[in-house]
Amino acid sequence: MSIPLITTSRWDVEDGHTLEGYLRTGGYEGLRRAIEMTPDQVHEEVKKASLLGRGGAGFPAGIKWGFLPPDVWPRYLVVNGDESEPGTYKDRLLIERDPHQLIEGCVITCFALGLSQCFLYVRGEMAHGQERVAAALNEAYDHGYVGKNILGTELSVDVVLHWGAGAYIVGEETALIESLEGNRGMPRLKPPFFPASIGLYGKPTIVNNVETLSNIPWIIEHGGDAFAKIGAEQSTGTRIFAVSGHVQNPGVFEVEFGTTTFRDLIMGEQYAGGIRDGNSIKAFIPGGASAPWFFEEHLDIPLEKTVVDNEGSMLGSGAIVVMDETTDIVKACHNVVRFFSRESCGKCTPCREGTNWLEKILDRILNGYGRPEDIDLLLDVCDNISPGISWPPKQTTICPLGPSAVSPIASALKRYRSEFDAYIGSNTVTPVSVDGGSS
Amino acid sequence: MSRLNEENLRVARQIISLYPKKKSALIPLLHLSQEQNGMVTNEAMAHIAELVEVTPAEVLGTCSFYEMFKRHPVGEYQINICHGISCHLLGAEDVLEHAEKSLGVKEGEITKDGKFSFEGVECIAACTEAPCLQVNYRYVNKVDSGEFDQLITDLQSEQKAEIPKHGALAKTRQQIQSEKLAGPAEVENASPPVWLQRNEDGQ
Repeated sequence: MSIPLITTSRWDVEDGHTLEGYLRTGGYEGLRRAIEMTPDQVHEEVKKASLLGRGGAGFPAGIKWGFLPPDVWPRYLVVNGDESEPGTYKDRLLIERDPHQLIEGCVITCFALGLSQCFLYVRGEMAHGQERVAAALNEAYDHGYVGKNILGTELSVDVVLHWGAGAYIVGEETALIESLEGNRGMPRLKPPFFPASIGLYGKPTIVNNVETLSNIPWIIEHGGDAFAKIGAEQSTGTRIFAVSGHVQNPGVFEVEFGTTTFRDLIMGEQYAGGIRDGNSIKAFIPGGASAPWFFEEHLDIPLEKTVVDNEGSMLGSGAIVVMDETTDIVKACHNVVRFFSRESCGKCTPCREGTNWLEKILDRILNGYGRPEDIDLLLDVCDNISPGISWPPKQTTICPLGPSAVSPIASALKRYRSEFDAYIGSNTVTPVSVDGGSS
Repeated sequence: MSRLNEENLRVARQIISLYPKKKSALIPLLHLSQEQNGMVTNEAMAHIAELVEVTPAEVLGTCSFYEMFKRHPVGEYQINICHGISCHLLGAEDVLEHAEKSLGVKEGEITKDGKFSFEGVECIAACTEAPCLQVNYRYVNKVDSGEFDQLITDLQSEQKAEIPKHGALAKTRQQIQSEKLAGPAEVENASPPVWLQRNEDGQ
């Protein structure tokens, strides 16, 4: 079945990142269409498209947009380009290879919702991406696609490129807003107030992911109904997945959302081409490091949000990391936990202390100093961060970073407990307790 | 001299003018000062505090949260070796080990000639090119020991013109001519944007 490429159509066009290349391949047609409509009509098309947010949580964009309170001004648009989830690798390519598409999506969104200014937050480490966006914005300003009186209309919006400076947590939308205000990137407590009502500078703010906004020009040009016809009923359109790890051809692929399966992507000749060296698959992460792991029996699950949710994991940020039979599961688990431990912002105690403990315990297990009771201790710490260790996770923290560190441990222990036991071996040293009680 | 120089001060003022609140320019200005000095100094933070009208302590508070701001010297070429999960699966630890041997310094130290320093970093979003690294935030994909050594040789003989010295990020900046600027959306401005009138007019 052939489907149109919606977001990656210019990735192979050599000058697709320039205004000339963009216009030659149908660029800014969505914006031209939009400014012939009313803002409400544009919003309506996005609702019809049932576009799910592509950042991680998968919340419908059109509905998120509808949460803006009436009559509170100004309203802001913040673009989340702080892509840092391990294994995730799509926003950077959208930013580098098709920056005008993203800019067009931003301007259309501002038009639809009456957003007076847009901040495009690009992860600090993406120097090349920043150059591409800056160059594209300069061209777009020069030719009247952004800025004052866009295409000769009353629409006037600035899109400001903002550089991040290296912090995974800033991908959380309220932390992103804090960072944009010049603060440490620590998430804000919510509910009751989500950014749509109280966001940047305390004003209503829409925070959307780069891939989400890159879909908007196509939706407005071709209509929300055309978009909704692609993919599954509740997971419409296409999605970009990055497949990495132990596969023959690691790559980034735009596929039909909701109908393609993990097996298609991982094993398919036109995609990742199967496990390297003819090995067998041991485990795979279906949606970025935060997601609970899947195993061989999950390969035939379609890439559909609700199905994957019900199976006990998530599509998250579209990052599939494959581990073959040679993988040391304890090391892999330690690697992912170390990530969350290092990236914890330190605001909530269970996460700040807990992720650190988890890393240290795994560290000593790997170094041959593991104790038999360490497995229970790991699970106990996990339970303090995410009570019940269930899916979807409960949390004792403000944001989901803490519970994310629980995912790899719960997954690895569920299937490969024996590998942990093998590291621990017959060590019988009891932990030294500082408070005199038992640990 | 680690306050912003005249040219950078001009750039700084331009950056500040794009935001409804000055403090939002804090991180971009820290990048600017790091570009000028290769690191962020106390004097630079004090200067930024003046420019965005906060205390130097607040600037330090923000600065110290973010990985990319170095408040101590690093090599002219800071090599960030990815050890995220995808790179880990494909041998990131070997690259780190090799870097230590090849450069003769430990993670976080600087080579005697001041040219190189390296560290293991979290995922840098090039997972299909694992194991990968960045030199001053420019990507080098699918590295093995041989390529690592070649990279060091090339950098030593300044054969990598596309990689700037540490501190400089993007070579292209956003430049908006004043007549094209819509202007920042001031927080106190409580009126709806004019184009929403179309909803009332039905076109």
